[in-house]
Amino acid sequence: MSTPAVAHLQTKFDRDLCERFHYYMLLMRELEDRIENKLYRQGKVVGGCYTGRGQEAIPVGSAILSRPGDWLTPSHRDMAALLIRGITPEEILAQYMGRATGLTKGRDGNMHMGCAERHCVPIISSIGASIPIAGGLAFAMRYRGESNVVFNYSGDGASSRGDWHEGLNMAAVMNLPIVYLCNNNLYAYSTPLDKQMKVADIADRVAGYGIPAEIVNGNDVLAIYEASKRAVEHARAGKGPYFIECKTFRMSGHSAHDPADYVPNQLREEWSRKDPILMLQKYMVENLGADEQDFVDMRKRVLDKISGAVEWALEQPFPDPATLEDDVYAPA
Amino acid sequence: MAETTYVEAIRQGIWEEMERDDTVFVMGEDVAVYGGAFKITKGMLERFGELRVVDTPLAESGIVGAGTGAAINGLRPVLEMQFADFMACGFDQITNFAAKCRYRWGQAIPMVIRAPAGGNIHGGPFHSQNVEMPYVHTPGLKVVQPSTAYDAKGLIKAAIRDDDPVIFLEHKYLYRSVKEELPTQEYTVPIGEAGVRREGSDISIISYGWMVHVALEAAENAAEEGISVEVLDLRTLVPLDRQAILDTAKKTSKVVLLHEDTLTGGLGGELAGIISEHAFDYLDGPLVRIAAPDTPVPFSDTLERAFLPSVEDVVAKVRWLHRF
Repeated sequence: MSTPAVAHLQTKFDRDLCERFHYYMLLMRELEDRIENKLYRQGKVVGGCYTGRGQEAIPVGSAILSRPGDWLTPSHRDMAALLIRGITPEEILAQYMGRATGLTKGRDGNMHMGCAERHCVPIISSIGASIPIAGGLAFAMRYRGESNVVFNYSGDGASSRGDWHEGLNMAAVMNLPIVYLCNNNLYAYSTPLDKQMKVADIADRVAGYGIPAEIVNGNDVLAIYEASKRAVEHARAGKGPYFIECKTFRMSGHSAHDPADYVPNQLREEWSRKDPILMLQKYMVENLGADEQDFVDMRKRVLDKISGAVEWALEQPFPDPATLEDDVYAPA
Repeated sequence: MAETTYVEAIRQGIWEEMERDDTVFVMGEDVAVYGGAFKITKGMLERFGELRVVDTPLAESGIVGAGTGAAINGLRPVLEMQFADFMACGFDQITNFAAKCRYRWGQAIPMVIRAPAGGNIHGGPFHSQNVEMPYVHTPGLKVVQPSTAYDAKGLIKAAIRDDDPVIFLEHKYLYRSVKEELPTQEYTVPIGEAGVRREGSDISIISYGWMVHVALEAAENAAEEGISVEVLDLRTLVPLDRQAILDTAKKTSKVVLLHEDTLTGGLGGELAGIISEHAFDYLDGPLVRIAAPDTPVPFSDTLERAFLPSVEDVVAKVRWLHRF
């Protein structure tokens, strides 16, 4: 059932699409950097702080294919998926700062945010639990005869949870339109892959459920885009779920408090040379006539946008304690 | 006119809601072709088709997750757990996600999880438990357990129309042991309203589920000794009908809290707390809890009968409390 990795790009990528990739990857990188390395250390962001540094290509190369009627269930390392769905840096920062205008009104923190109108389900902290949820979202699409699909995001760690297996099996049996994007970043918190599973690839686990799975370079946004396109077409055509294992690396600790001393330096150095943003820039220079100045300009644009958003978020009110007991149940 | 059993009343209630609203569907293990382990969904596949009557693999967490996802995306799932005991396998999905959706991101989860609960059927440790309390203790969930066929039909309909996740506990012993004539016109029973099953003036018994019937029999026996017992059927465990609880406590001033669930951490303690906080000055005797002992539910007849609260247990406590 497993499809071998596709080594050569089939698509001719135009500058416009690559600039969109570049923009969202850079926005995620810089926004998370501001949150983790500034606002968190300044005490303006409290609680946990999880980033997807080095993994930006995965949400960008896939979510960019989503249509308004599709649903997404991003993980905590997929901020760009939210940005692509129209969730703003302002909303994300207000969320991180626990403000009343954040997406959860201060009731939940960090990347634990979603938005019903923009069809993003917030992360479920019991990792793997979003797999059955994706099944239900997709079930409702098929129920109404729609051609929409669900983009489900999770990591290698999730693939050891029972929910992951129950959810994949049900989706396969019910032939549901789901595209699974698995960021295999080699570590579940501090636990390396060889202590998580006995098979070589997560795709091997997927094969057991009769779901087509392919393995891609998780740092190559173009490869992810192409694989996602195949997957989305497959799912929209009623052919059932499709799984993409993105081989990548977490260029941070599990969260801001974690120095990740358990990661060998050699591994970190090896992956820093495969940075997904630099990879894309190289492609744009070699194939689309972009130059260094374009990237400098783009970075400035992104940083200005973030600074404006930070300023706005810092002005936002904290939630009123009188609202503590609101919205536990539907209004009577 | 023919009498309708509790099991048939639930079936009718779901059926009517499926006729009324095409976003309502049923999902669970063996619910379609087989019609459900207790035959609640019998005939539904033929009437509503395989899109709306869905057999699943054996995967409670997967079922609850799929139901929650479908509810997010505009449907009204009615999920069947084959036995309430196995709802534990979906506990994370229920308590960590479904229950919190409205609070976290304003997302309604209009979902019913039906769960056959309770003992007196020789089901043993895995098929007889009363599992309500972990769900009662989870903000965001509603919890219901009818004791009559009328309520079973009215409450399942109300639960399906409710915009919050509802744990619908069905008592297996009542499935075929209680029946009554049901109205021909449509009705619902509102979630959150208790009902007085028997008026009395000396002692109140507050209960729910099968134990309501035990309380009524005990009340009948106590009446022969000149003790007038009122029986309040909670019907809904979350949200509790505090008004009805306090009204009966203030009326009789002596209260017995009766449930089939085990004693420690059972609902009786919560009810005692409510009454002592809000009606303490009305009480003329201690708040008395009657519950199953803190053991797993045993299988063998002699053990199970010793485990379950009996009419004799209740009469003895009523007699004791009456002396205050």
